[in-house]
Amino acid sequence: MQAIVVEQITKSYGAKGAVKALDGISLSVAKGELFGIIGPDGAGKTSLLRILATLILPDAGEAYLQNLHVVRDYKRLRSLLGYMPGRFSLYQDLSVQENLSFFAAVFGTRIEDNYDLIKDIYVQLEPFKNRRAGALSGGMKQKLALCCALIHKPEVLLLDEPGTGVDPVSRKEFWDMLQRLKSWGITILVSTPNMDEAELCDRVALLHNGRILAMDTPAGIRGSYERPLFAVRSDEMYRLIQDLRQWPGAYSCYAFGEYAHLALQQSLQGFDTQADSVMAELQQYLESRHHTGIEVLRAEPGVEDCFIASTKDR
Amino acid sequence: MNRFTAFIIKEFRHILRDRRTLLILFGMPMAQVLLFGFVLTNEIKNAAIAIVDPSKDAQSTALIQKLASSGYFRIEKNLEAASQLDPAFKEGKIKLAVVFPPDFARQLDHDGSAPIQLLGDASDPNTATTLINYAANIIQDFSAQRKAEAVLPYQIEVQTHMLYNPELKAVYSFVPGVMTLILMLISAMMTSITIAKEKEMGTMEVLLASPLKPIQIILGKTAPYLVLSFINAIIVVLIGVFIFGMPIRGSILLLGLESALYMFVALSLGILISTRAATQQAALFMSALGLLMPTMLLSGFIFPRESMPYVLQVLGNIIPATWFNQIIKGVMIKGAGIEVLWFQTCVLGVMALVFVVLSMRNFKDRL
Repeated sequence: MQAIVVEQITKSYGAKGAVKALDGISLSVAKGELFGIIGPDGAGKTSLLRILATLILPDAGEAYLQNLHVVRDYKRLRSLLGYMPGRFSLYQDLSVQENLSFFAAVFGTRIEDNYDLIKDIYVQLEPFKNRRAGALSGGMKQKLALCCALIHKPEVLLLDEPGTGVDPVSRKEFWDMLQRLKSWGITILVSTPNMDEAELCDRVALLHNGRILAMDTPAGIRGSYERPLFAVRSDEMYRLIQDLRQWPGAYSCYAFGEYAHLALQQSLQGFDTQADSVMAELQQYLESRHHTGIEVLRAEPGVEDCFIASTKDR
Repeated sequence: MNRFTAFIIKEFRHILRDRRTLLILFGMPMAQVLLFGFVLTNEIKNAAIAIVDPSKDAQSTALIQKLASSGYFRIEKNLEAASQLDPAFKEGKIKLAVVFPPDFARQLDHDGSAPIQLLGDASDPNTATTLINYAANIIQDFSAQRKAEAVLPYQIEVQTHMLYNPELKAVYSFVPGVMTLILMLISAMMTSITIAKEKEMGTMEVLLASPLKPIQIILGKTAPYLVLSFINAIIVVLIGVFIFGMPIRGSILLLGLESALYMFVALSLGILISTRAATQQAALFMSALGLLMPTMLLSGFIFPRESMPYVLQVLGNIIPATWFNQIIKGVMIKGAGIEVLWFQTCVLGVMALVFVVLSMRNFKDRL
């Protein structure tokens, strides 16, 4: 059974729909799947999640959660979905405990009833249970928000950018929790601008300017990358990128961590045999441009490379 | 725990934990009543005046003595000529001058009448009018006594009696006025701000995505403020009665019920504002501009409605405070019952209905 079905959803903002946030989005998520919506700021992630959370109306298209229509059946839907907005949206002047019991009561349940579900997360919050939510660290706030969204054991969990404003360690813990939640059969739709988090999802959709560029498992997305990719480094990174872009064989070049990623124009097919000669050629070119400390490596494409390639291809 | 109870408990926690809200809720009403009661009064005592009396005869001396012993005036200067008045007024030392003609007693004895000039410092028009009235009354009184001595064929005596408030205490109008203002402010402004706060902090997004019904959110938000406003109303009335000697001549039950009706109108107005305002600041601005100013200026609390231009009088009619001001004055000061105040009560009832319907229709259960 598909837990989430989205068909041709369109949403525009502004006078006469000047800004198109979502442009005919279709996707489906299986029950118990951890599905990621990956895209930069402004891609339309929040709009999509808000439509699914019954909070805004789509201009066109249909969407169902657990076979309930997000517009027609919104009242019934609201009691079986858990939603965590992108901004921290709990009461800062209430304590951890008070926030949790308030949301439990709002959903007509008690903390004890679904304690098993949140136990792993809540034990970390327990030492601070009398502290006001506003005084928690970013990671703790996010964990509390997740607890509040889970307190009624929702069938579908919608998380809007849960990793934003959270340190890397807390973010890792947060994703581990999501993995564990899958074992309870909860369908999770999570949006994130961090391409590296895509690897942690079962399947992802790459969203850009309101359109889906690709939708597959992270491995499938990476496998679809069609060009040879190199990671290049030298002592002058800024000039290096400029120079690589002018190299005749280059398709695209961008900074990627401490390396520059260089994609070639030619296809990946049969490239392996020529790889060494291309690398030597590249080394020579860079030396001729007086670069020092040159390092050229073959690189495995990540989801971010795929994302950049597909936005450039359009 | 019941959904709604949980909501109200949460709301009380918000209020009790925010010192500023508490201060506005309970500090402001008391401060306002006390301020209006003690500071803003129309009664003037011991005003400094100047006398210009070139005649210096028995009659003028008697009148000056009468003025001085009234308690309203203190004779600051005795001047020789009217030309010396101008500098005295400019220095601000005197508020009023009484100018006698050179032959006051002779004119009075021969002609039966004599002019007296009263000069008031109208740079402060209210004080000037009040002082001129005091002085004119005392002079009237003086001449009435004189007439009684000189038996005249006809005499019309004017007897004034100020009903309900014989001493013309300003408190009698300030306590009801402050009550209308405070109840409107707390009920409408606080509810609109608290709903706007949920929107601003993003918590409304979570509440809307929950099974809570809009009516539960609205009632949960307003119920605590209804209770607190009622406590405030009681505090204001108690201060009025025990500190300023304000009477409650009518039924206390009627006063309570009418106040509750008025608070309901104010609360529904607050919700209506909150459906439009996205931030606390916008809500505050809309309440201050749309409620506070008209309530203060147009309801008849500070300025008499009768002397307003027609347009402003009409505008005043759509302000709930105008009607509640009449009701509360009627009940407290005149001892009027519902048989007299039914019309004002009906107007408030209709307003409540309109605002509730409007705010329910405007409250969106989506973002």
